[in-house]
This record gives sequence, C-alpha cells and structure tokens, in this order.
Amino acid sequence: MVKAKDDFINLGHGSGGKLSAELLGEVFLPAFKNTILNHLDDSAVFEHHDGKLAFTTDTYVIDPIFFKGGDIGRLAVCGTVNDLAMSGATPKYLSVAFLIESGFPIKDLERIVASMAEAAHEAGVKIVTGDTKVVEAGSADKIFINTAGVGFIDEGINISSSQAKVKDLVIVSGSIGDHGISIMSEREGLHFETDIASDCAPLGGLVKKMLAASKNIKVLRDPTRGGVATVLSEIAAKSNVGICLEEANIPIKDQVKGACELLGLDPLYVANEGKLLAIVPKSDAKAVLEAMRTTIEGRDAAIIGEVVETPKKKVFMRTPFGTARLIDLLVGEQLPRIC
Amino acid sequence: MKHIDEYRRPDSIKGLVAKINEISTKPATIMEVCGTHTVSISKNGLRQLLPRTISLISGPGCPVCVTGGSDIDTAIAYAQQKDVILATFGDMMKVPGSYQSLGDAKASGADVQVVYSTLDALDLAVKNPDKKVIFYGVGFETTAPTVALSILEAKRRGLKNYFVYSVHKVVPPAVAALISLGELKLDGFLCPGHVSAIIGSRPYEFIARDHGIPCVIAGFEPADILMAIYLIVKQVEESSPKVEIAYGRGVKEEGSQRALEVMDKVFETAPGDWRGIGVIDGTALAIRGEYGDFDITKVMSVEVPEAREIKGCECGEILRGVKLPFECKLFGKACTPRNPVGPCMVSSEGSCAAYYRYEGMGILNDG
Repeated sequence: MVKAKDDFINLGHGSGGKLSAELLGEVFLPAFKNTILNHLDDSAVFEHHDGKLAFTTDTYVIDPIFFKGGDIGRLAVCGTVNDLAMSGATPKYLSVAFLIESGFPIKDLERIVASMAEAAHEAGVKIVTGDTKVVEAGSADKIFINTAGVGFIDEGINISSSQAKVKDLVIVSGSIGDHGISIMSEREGLHFETDIASDCAPLGGLVKKMLAASKNIKVLRDPTRGGVATVLSEIAAKSNVGICLEEANIPIKDQVKGACELLGLDPLYVANEGKLLAIVPKSDAKAVLEAMRTTIEGRDAAIIGEVVETPKKKVFMRTPFGTARLIDLLVGEQLPRIC
Repeated sequence: MKHIDEYRRPDSIKGLVAKINEISTKPATIMEVCGTHTVSISKNGLRQLLPRTISLISGPGCPVCVTGGSDIDTAIAYAQQKDVILATFGDMMKVPGSYQSLGDAKASGADVQVVYSTLDALDLAVKNPDKKVIFYGVGFETTAPTVALSILEAKRRGLKNYFVYSVHKVVPPAVAALISLGELKLDGFLCPGHVSAIIGSRPYEFIARDHGIPCVIAGFEPADILMAIYLIVKQVEESSPKVEIAYGRGVKEEGSQRALEVMDKVFETAPGDWRGIGVIDGTALAIRGEYGDFDITKVMSVEVPEAREIKGCECGEILRGVKLPFECKLFGKACTPRNPVGPCMVSSEGSCAAYYRYEGMGILNDG
C-alpha cells in the first residue's frame, strides 16, 4: 500500500523521482507484471512475428470515470484491443500512458489499474510499457489514459472497410446502445433510472471464433462513438455501395429503447464498447453467425441488413411497415463526450 | 416503451393505410402545423404509404424556425450587454439572425448559456446575483406555461435579476393568417398534439366553421398520424369539415385549465413577427404590465441593427407551405445540416432538416 501521507496524486508522482518509483513499484507493477514489463527498460522488447502486424492507438477521456459495467481503465484496454481485433489481428501487447490531475485519489487509481489488469487478462494481452504524467489541478479532468497496441495478423486474413460487396450481409454481435445509455444515465443532470450496464468488453476472442468459421469476412468494425449508423455510413462510402438495414431485426434492449425515447436519441447513433459489426459474404453468414452465438459477447448476434447496389454511399433502413428512411451521418454528437 | 410500440405495430399501420386508400378519391393537400409531426412523417417514411391523391406539406410549426430574424438580433443585442447571461434552449444557438447567430455571439465573447428548462435559468439567476439572467422564451403554447411559471416563481422568491425576453407565439391565429394569405388551397390541417394538450380543440373551431377546412388533432406515432389523416380524408370526401381529436390519450376538448390560467395570468397577446409571414396581430405572448419587472424589454433597452433577409433562403416560402424543402435552390447544396443557411435546416424540428436527414434528396420516395 502507498503510505497514508500520499493518499492523493501530486506533481512529484510524475517527476521521475522517488514518488514515481513508489507509484510504479506499489501500484502499476503488481497489477501489470509480466516477463516483458518486469525488465523496466526504456522500451519493451518482444519476439518477432512472421506475418503482418497491426498497430493502433487511442486516448480515453470519459465522464464519469466509473460507470455501471466498467470504468475508464477497462475502456482503455478494451477499446484498443478491439481496434486491433477489427483488423483481424490477435491483440498481443499494449502500452499505457496515464495523464493524471494532481489531487486524484490514489485508491481510485488503484481501482482503475486493477480493472485494466483484469481486462488485459480477459483479452489475453500483456501491458508491456507505460508512462505517467501528472499535471496541476485544473489542467486536466481527473485522469486521461492513452493506450497503444500491437497485434499479429494470420495469413489469409484481409479485413478492410472498403471491401463490402453487393449482396453481402451485415451482422451485429448483440444489442446496441448499451454503453452510451449507461453513461448518460449516470451522468449528472440526466435523471432517469435504468439498470443498463455498459457493454464494455474485449472482442478478440469473438473475432477469433468468427475468423475460424470463415476467412472471407470482409469488414469488421466496432461501432463506438457515433454508433452503428456512423460506422455503416463510413463503410458504405469507402466501399461505394448502399447498405439496407431491417429495423425489426436490430437487437435493442427495451430499457435502451425507453431511455432513447425519453431523451430524444436514436439508438443507431449511440456508442457501444463491446459490440462489432461484420460484413460477410452471404454464403458464409450462417456459419459466422452460429460461431458468434457460441460466445458470451456474441450470443445475441443477428443479421441486420444487406449490402445493395444503390443508393451508393448511403445507409437506409426499412421499417416494419414497409417504408424506408435514410440513416445519415450526424452533424456533431447527440451528447458530448461519452467516450 | 410497450405503450409506444402499440402505435407502431405493422398490422395497425397497414390497416390504416388500407382504409385511407379505400375512401380517398379527391385530391387533398394536408398541412401538418407541427414540426414534430414533420419529423415523424419523414422519419417513418409515411409519405411512401399514402395514395397519390394525398399530399402532405409542412407549415409554420417549428418555433425556432418561425422566430423572426429581428427577434434573434434583439436577443443577441441583449446577450452582448455587460453583466448579462442569456439563457436559451440549445436549438436557438445556431439559428441565423440578420448578421450572426447566438452561437457566433457566444464565440465572440457574449455570455450565452444553454439550459434544458426554465428551472435551470432560475438557478443561474440564484448562482449569479451580480448578473442579469435573461431567459430567451421561444416556443408555442407548450412552453409558454412553464415560462409563465418561472416568472411567478421568481416573483415568489423575490429574485431581482431574472428576466424573460418573450417571443412566444400562439398557433391558431397564425393558421388563420396563413389561410387568409390565400396562396394555397388547403384541404385539411393536422393539428399539433402537444400544443392542443394545453389549448384543447376549441380554438380550431373557427377554421372548420368559417373556412370550411377539416382540423384533426394528432399524436406523434405513425398510427396516430395515419389515423388523423384518415379522419381528414373522410371529412374531405364527405364535405363535412369539423374539428376532431385523434389523440384522446393526450388532448381534451377544454385543454389544460391550469396551464391556460398560468399563461393568462402572466401573458397577454401582442403582434408577433413570424419569419416568412411577417407581423400578425394577436400571435405573440407579451408579459403583462403587472410583471413588467421581469420583462427585459421594459427594463433594458438595446440598439438592434436593422434586420435583413438571408440571401437566397426560401425558409419563408417553406414555412408558409408554398414550397417543399426539395424545391428550394439551396436545399442539399449550399444549405445542409452541416452548413445551414436558413433556420429550417438548423432546428431538429425544421422541415428542411427532417426532409434532408430522413428522405435525402427524395431518393427513397421515387422507388
């Protein structure tokens, strides 16, 4: 345990001196320990991989930092792991950099670090290098986390948003909007009760099962900020195709529907942190769907639409009563800063 | 949620569409007066379900859109005064005035804050005793009672720094003004559900009686709107114009007595400036002299630059129902939600924004 006099992070914890060493030795190392990190050299050094590598980075800022179903630490691991998985890579190594506001409680940091270690364990990745900076109170909002990740891509896997072809099918791995609604319901000022938890989860395992069922998966994307609508619009634009969704087939929890109704939001634009969208050739869709449904993350997977010739670069949705509407990109966010 | 699903069930919707098809023989142009109806019609693609005899056009039903440019210029002038916080609903921030929007004014230093209710604005006044907090009251009969209540509450608490700049408007006389312009042959009005929950159905009676135009008050789900359209078409076919309520779960004939009392206590009617229509007598709600201490127009005078029209923008024609959004030269080209030129593309309730967002350039209606 860090000594009582240091219950809160101060500028010294980011100085590289004695306090930094204490933080490393007493908070970070015990949680993240592994054979690569334990060297504590200037760089992490790890074994070479023959094929293609995937490399990505993202920075996590969220209010509140603890929420139902997760926290900023879990988000920072899952987010980067999922970005790697969406390239068809097996996530292997992460770096983590903390930017902490002076005065941040060390027990909260310990809670975040423990949650990151747990998420990394679930995802099968190692945290192999890191950094901590402390800024004066008021110069940052509590804590920001950056993670970068490296993953290995097996031979024969070729995933990209530009590969959707007419007649391919669109699969979602489960109910949409859970993360965004969970965050909004906990945020000050939006007073409504819901027991919706964030879906924040690493998806590497799910992707592995999917790729084992079919190497022909064309596109994988996690619909985080901007939700399903935004990601599908990007795919339609990059692949120069149209995407037609069937409203009746899109899994949305009743509580999420209700909260969206109340807040005037469209669940298609609400963020997810543990869901993926896949575009798969029609011939392989059944096998992929069945493989997904054997996992916890993909048990509610459903086919929600198909790729069509026209209108090009547009997403539209058929309603249960036979009409259609466009699903356009949002201008700005529905609500600011949800991930 | 289950409650709402009832009004979205495919079988009830198909049933209503079949009934409309069965009775509709005469061409009927129906105006939806309320922006929320416009959004629901576009979002649910209801135009695609109706027979060719029926056209739906949007009217002056988005309070943000119909607010006159000079009213926005005035609000900006207040926001630019020293020691003033202008509190506004978020929708007003990006609406263009003659020279700039409230958002632009904020960017150049004016203290403009977005609030979600008048209670938030009262809180601002309590927390900032050295500032004058002005609530920018925009809206129809639906929001006016809450603003009236905020004035009563400010008086009860003895708040000396809470003011309202009221540009509230009332719907029925504006509908009458639209009819008397004579630009359109209208065969029916889809009357607003929320406004009518406050005012009831009686204020529309003169429209059916004196102008011979059917009026049906509708809710906002697809089945609500189709039911109301069916009732209008039935009246058209039978040539028996009257006022009907197709939104019984929300609207009573006499409206909400409590809300009407509060509104009447604080406000009186005055001439109102409607974008695209001009000044219409008796359509604005001004604060009564008795509550003059809370009326910023009585307490502070500001210099407002001369108003000017936005070049090329046809929001006026669109708000009068003379043109459809698709028919504006700027629509989808120079004017999009990302770079809106006129208010109808800015507001989430605006008809141009609804058409653009859910119907595109009309691509889904042709197929």
